[in-house]
Amino acid sequence: MTEFLQQLGQNTRTSFTKLGRGTFFLLQTLSGTLSVLPRPRLLLNQMYSVGVLSFLIITISGLFVGMVLGLQGYYILSDFGAEETLGVMVAASLVRELGPVVSALLFAGRAGSALTAEIGLMKATEQLSGMEMMAVDPIKRIITPRFLAGFLSMPLLAALFSAVGIVGGQMVGSGLLGVDEGAYWSQMQANIDFQDDIINGVIKSIVFGFVASWIALFEGYDAIPTSEGVSRATTRTVVNSAFSILGLDFILTALMFGDN
Amino acid sequence: MQHTSTQDTFVGLFVASGIVGLFFLAMQVSNLSSFTEHDSYTITARFSNSGGLKVKSPVSAAGVKVGRVSAISFDPKTYESVVQMNIDSQYNTLPDDTTASVFTAGLLGEQYVNLEPGGSDDYLKNGGKIEITQSAIILEKALGQFLFKSAEEKK
Amino acid sequence: MDNSVTPQNSLVSVQNLSFSRGNKKIFDDISLEFERGKITAIMGPSGTGKTTLLKLIGGQLFPEQGTITVDGNNVHRLRRAELYNLRKRMGMLFQSGALLTDMSVFDNVAFPLREHTHLPESMIRTLVLMKLQAVGLRGARKLMPNELSGGMARRIALARAIALDPMMIMYDEPFTGQDPISKGALVHLIKSLNTILGLTSIVVSHDVHETAAIADYIYVISEGKVVGQGTPKEIEQSESDWVLQFMTGAADGPAHFHYPAKDYVDDLLSTGNRY
Repeated sequence: MTEFLQQLGQNTRTSFTKLGRGTFFLLQTLSGTLSVLPRPRLLLNQMYSVGVLSFLIITISGLFVGMVLGLQGYYILSDFGAEETLGVMVAASLVRELGPVVSALLFAGRAGSALTAEIGLMKATEQLSGMEMMAVDPIKRIITPRFLAGFLSMPLLAALFSAVGIVGGQMVGSGLLGVDEGAYWSQMQANIDFQDDIINGVIKSIVFGFVASWIALFEGYDAIPTSEGVSRATTRTVVNSAFSILGLDFILTALMFGDN
Repeated sequence: MQHTSTQDTFVGLFVASGIVGLFFLAMQVSNLSSFTEHDSYTITARFSNSGGLKVKSPVSAAGVKVGRVSAISFDPKTYESVVQMNIDSQYNTLPDDTTASVFTAGLLGEQYVNLEPGGSDDYLKNGGKIEITQSAIILEKALGQFLFKSAEEKK
Repeated sequence: MDNSVTPQNSLVSVQNLSFSRGNKKIFDDISLEFERGKITAIMGPSGTGKTTLLKLIGGQLFPEQGTITVDGNNVHRLRRAELYNLRKRMGMLFQSGALLTDMSVFDNVAFPLREHTHLPESMIRTLVLMKLQAVGLRGARKLMPNELSGGMARRIALARAIALDPMMIMYDEPFTGQDPISKGALVHLIKSLNTILGLTSIVVSHDVHETAAIADYIYVISEGKVVGQGTPKEIEQSESDWVLQFMTGAADGPAHFHYPAKDYVDDLLSTGNRY
């Protein structure tokens, strides 16, 4: 029993230590922002590997999610004779929830794991250490541009996901199932609020992008510098990002949509 | 540091399409396009019950949208609902004896204010008041009355 | 002895250094001097913390006790910016080469120049080609690090380490895992860079012959202590058991062949424990 408690105490302490290291790491990363701004090239390269390479998976997933929503929504709504509100249902679910959340989860799986592996391998092959010995701060040179790229790409990816999804829902709804196209769009426009729905969705995706990039980069930077350590860190990135994204989604939803 | 111009092009395309996506959400999906305030003037109407009317609910005349509800408050003295509406200034020829009623779009749809123009030669101005109003029909009440009546008739 | 190192003439000076990792004491109150313009070698069995020593000198790790001064600066008292300025004058060759894997050979060598100077690209090109020529790999400038052999990667890393014309270079196990030809090439390079550029070199290695061939002064470290020091000749004639075992490669000696364990017979006869 004492052993169990000791172990528990030990584990708790380890997690707090890690959170502390992570926070310190985040502050260092953020403090590097000013030194990245005069070198947009660094940011651009990372926007490519973080944003552009996630583009395809995000748009294709968005299309399918929208099409499924159109199909499912139609069956439920037609029971109540409310097929015209299909557009509202598809758009609200995408803009408020599925867009930010699913694209953030995909982002963690596609870009986050790649970032962790990249940074972890750089650590394992002494590239980060070598950079330090060349008097180049690896946080400013390597971490900050990647962080900024992730943080800036996420809202764009989420917006793409939602937009493609809404078009996908329309394709299924009015193309296959015969919902009036005009009603699909006009009901949507009448009921989706710019401030409450779109802006809040964008805020969510910015928060998710911030957290997912932070976790991915920190896990890589904090990885045990061996191949096993890096592979474990990659797994942790995906798991921890998913937990954080879904947990934060609940909190943000409660804050944003609570008083309606 | 392999920066090629193709990479730049792809990043450019990515950012542009993301912004187009955001723009699409703002203009096509949400009410932002109809939200852009033209010049408008404010009128108020008092209802004994404004039902499910909300801020931003549409105000229409003869089925055409002419404005939006901008505020709803409860008057603690008269126990009435005070509804403030912004009407597009291009519709500045509403007579001052216009009737305002709270209607429901369809059986279960959203509620809106319907304006029924009267015959007066004077027009409503900014800050004007609509004197004749008809409250929202509360479905439960109407059903209750109907059932009560039909029960009485059977006797 | 007139060839003993005097603190006045040393570029790097380690005094009463102690450092431990976990419960293991890696350095126990050791003092070392590295003379200007000379090649000083640190030798010792694997796991004696030779790489750790280089990281301590580079200011990447902090000692528990003792001081390390490089060119008159106490490395661990410097502020961050000062430390970074000092590091620009210290080259380090990592065991793996530590080349940046997403850049070509040319860009790798140009990296410190691009990061720390505002030279025009044409001048950077000239400098990079000069450094690559010095290590004999000017023709390999377009290759990516994953296309290089281990020896080539190390030579490229060396070209990168001298890109900013440092005052000293630290070599971390430069000969490990190299075929005889690349070993020979590296021995030649270290020696010639030292004489031509007047660099101070610190070589950490356990390759006895290669190191003895180029070093001016050798420290032999074992179990956190300096167990022998002197010129290569003096080391060869040393009577210390430690040094003898290390230099001749005897399997058993002061450094035991067996990991500490209880008595063999007792261990075999005891039952009940899984291990």
